Amino acid sequence: MSKAYDAIIIGGGHNGLVCAAYLARARKRTLVLEATDRVGGAAVTREIIPGFKVSACAHLLYLLHPKVLTDLRVQDHGFKLSARDMPTLALAEDGRHLVLATDSALTSASLSAHSAADAAALPAFQARIRRFARVVQRLLTETPPRLGTRNRSDQLALLKLAWSIRRLGRQDMREFLRIVAMNVADLLEEQFETDLLCGAYAFDAVLGTRLGPRSPNSTLTWFYRLAGGGKNGSNALAQPEGGMGALSDALAASAKSAGAEIRTGSSVARIRVESDRVAGVVLNSGEEIKADLVVSNADPKRTFLSLLGTQYLDTGFVRRIRDIPMCGTAAKLHLALDGLPSFSGVDRAQLGGRLLIAPSIGYVERAFNHAKYGEYSEAPAIEIIIPSLHDSTLTPAGNHVLSAIVQYAPSDLKGGWDDMRETFADNVIDTLTRHAPDLKDKIIARELLTPLDLEREFGMAGGHWHHGELGLERFFMLRPVPGATQYATPLPGLYLCGAGCHPGGGVMGAAGMNAAREVLAGRAAA
Amino acid sequence: MRQYDYRTPVVPTPFHSRTVAACRTNDWTRWAGYTTVNVYTEVELEYAAIRNQTSVFDLSPMVKYHIAGPDAPSYVNHLVTRNIDKLAPGRVAYVVWCNDDGKVLDDGTLFRFGENEFRLCAQDRHLPWLLDVAIGYNVEIEDVSADVAALALQGPTSCAVLKRFGLRGIETLKPFCIAEFPYRERTLTVSRTGFTGDLGYELWIDPARAEHLWDDLFKADPNRGITPVGSQALDLVRIEAGFIAPHIDFMPAEYAVRHTRGRSPFELGLGWQVDFDKGHFNGRRALLKEKRVGSRYQLIGLDVDGNKPARDSLIYYAKRRQVGHIMSAMWSPICKRNIAIAILEAGRSSMWKDLWVDIYVKKELKWERIMARAQVVDRRFYKPARRTATPVPDY
Repeated sequence: MSKAYDAIIIGGGHNGLVCAAYLARARKRTLVLEATDRVGGAAVTREIIPGFKVSACAHLLYLLHPKVLTDLRVQDHGFKLSARDMPTLALAEDGRHLVLATDSALTSASLSAHSAADAAALPAFQARIRRFARVVQRLLTETPPRLGTRNRSDQLALLKLAWSIRRLGRQDMREFLRIVAMNVADLLEEQFETDLLCGAYAFDAVLGTRLGPRSPNSTLTWFYRLAGGGKNGSNALAQPEGGMGALSDALAASAKSAGAEIRTGSSVARIRVESDRVAGVVLNSGEEIKADLVVSNADPKRTFLSLLGTQYLDTGFVRRIRDIPMCGTAAKLHLALDGLPSFSGVDRAQLGGRLLIAPSIGYVERAFNHAKYGEYSEAPAIEIIIPSLHDSTLTPAGNHVLSAIVQYAPSDLKGGWDDMRETFADNVIDTLTRHAPDLKDKIIARELLTPLDLEREFGMAGGHWHHGELGLERFFMLRPVPGATQYATPLPGLYLCGAGCHPGGGVMGAAGMNAAREVLAGRAAA
Repeated sequence: MRQYDYRTPVVPTPFHSRTVAACRTNDWTRWAGYTTVNVYTEVELEYAAIRNQTSVFDLSPMVKYHIAGPDAPSYVNHLVTRNIDKLAPGRVAYVVWCNDDGKVLDDGTLFRFGENEFRLCAQDRHLPWLLDVAIGYNVEIEDVSADVAALALQGPTSCAVLKRFGLRGIETLKPFCIAEFPYRERTLTVSRTGFTGDLGYELWIDPARAEHLWDDLFKADPNRGITPVGSQALDLVRIEAGFIAPHIDFMPAEYAVRHTRGRSPFELGLGWQVDFDKGHFNGRRALLKEKRVGSRYQLIGLDVDGNKPARDSLIYYAKRRQVGHIMSAMWSPICKRNIAIAILEAGRSSMWKDLWVDIYVKKELKWERIMARAQVVDRRFYKPARRTATPVPDY
């Protein structure tokens, strides 16, 4: 068999596609192997029932890195936004909802109705948080340094990190260092008295993590979410036309046009090793494909513990991989509707934004309490969008789809998910119905994807969006674990490019971009 | 009495009734949670017994792990630096194992009872590490420390004593081999292994029969002396044999607080233990790198002028520059030499010609400093031919 490829990418998730596109543009003969029959990994559009389409996992874009967009000319390959700068509406039981829009005047007016003091304090707070988020933002495209080496690039990267904090100025730096490891609830309660505002921000901080607003590190995860560069302390939320799968298709088209080959329905059984070097992969079909470079878009646990195998790894490293917390807590509810539901006190324009059911910090924290003990939330916190309002390609005319991210639904649910899925779905729909009384009448079909379903469908352990918890102890130079923080792994020729690496998950593409840079630089680990 | 219970932090060994009767000094120590004898009578007498007749040492506290399963050979190869494929069933190997950085976690003896069945013996406990190495392997690991009692029977007449004791054909057992002998309607496992550098055996038996074994051994050969020895005497003979001990000659890497205190097999003179051709094992990549860029230290044997043991001394080049330190030292009665095991900075053997050791000695409460010249020598200071001779001649 001839050596037809320079690099094989395991997994055609968005990071794998981004990495492939960069490698192909650098004239590497690149092959992407995707286990399912379409590219995108979890960034795909799925059909609930024929004619009703929805993003399978993440449903809003707020982190997609602008460098990826321009470098890979994603727009030239059919990527379009159907909505941008979507406002957030924090739903209140009494109908006095709070608008958090990119237009600060709108936000201020809405917040004044709840608290004049909060409305006055908000602009300065938002500006400061935005400055802090920029510290994280600057790190997104950096290769994390290794600690304790005398390597110049490592030392330079550490200096850059220190400088990006120092350049905040004395006051801001002190404040940044004071709050960065804090819990977001304490931070918000120092500033604000409006429950709706605190609940909405707290929800953003913990979305996609196994943290509650009172868990340490939840401020950092908030900065991380804001690092996408939103305005006024809210993200610039956008919705891709055709759902998240359309973005993946555009990334795939960009990679293909650069010369990458993409094979779907090709599930990798294991990574081949020869003389302590990567030699290629073996597919489940038994086919062997050779390459000196293998880049894994799979999560670190799956990459090292099942695709590679512990026999090629030192035990200390295996321990660290095994101990990565990967218990997903976010479930996805999809509803096919035969008409637009009416949410009390929400006008049609507002319905096209993002609706939150997270009326207070206490509400979100109580929802999280259940997850700590392996239970689902009785009163879950929910992010709702109706993407079909902006995108007619998703449903037949006059019909709609509702897409909701629901927390908390821990992947390690006591007693397992298979018997509880529908009960939980009923519970979520009941929660929604309190705000949209006519919702149940309009449901044609429904599906609830638990973290366990996400794991089964997309292969990510624990159904965890970020391929492993975020938090200071899993951040930057500690992500995913020491020994693999620079995308290179202890096994020469094997690289990681997925969300398990810095800077983590969310549809961002930075991990794939950074990994490609390291692969091309040919830097080894250790 | 139960082990691993806070009410009994130290438990007696299966031979306790016999060791307590033999111990005239009441000088005890703790080893791996067991009460063991430091000195029975006089350390000099016990030393002389090991070197001149037959000595008995209660080895029961040795930590023992049973390793079995279809993947046991590949598991063990992942754990230790040696190539276990070369170890035939029925044989024993001295092994070391390393962490990711190629620094030694401990050394021990590995018994291969069958194709897929091993026992690993070590001074310290290692179950968490052994279990984590097993991730991805179909292998069972069990701590059998309390299930096996053991005696070390060492010395020039040990084979003769065991013959009289009734182990037919024991003289043909080769070094590092294991054999089973009938004993009291059941069997006794014997390996020709030891920590003295001389002819000797280790006897392994279930704890219920331990006391019988002790009594029968001491009665076996009234014409040849047989003496119980404690850990102090053993520590002397192991220095003469050039065997290194954890916590004395090297810091096991997981105990080292300062990360520079770990030592690699190369730095401990155990480079011969490292087989890079067998596939991956823990520490392999770090050790390959060390081989490429060089080690920091080297372990050597020293022959020091004079007769004052150079315990804990610093080593100087040309009496000026400090280049190392002594780990173990003693006046060796059998070699008639003042010997030491030492760590030196790696590299330049040119400086070996001009090494000095400064020894502090207290003479009638007055400290004196001696600057003694030291020669680098083979650290197996004492290696009589009989330790490997097979069949063993009668002494």
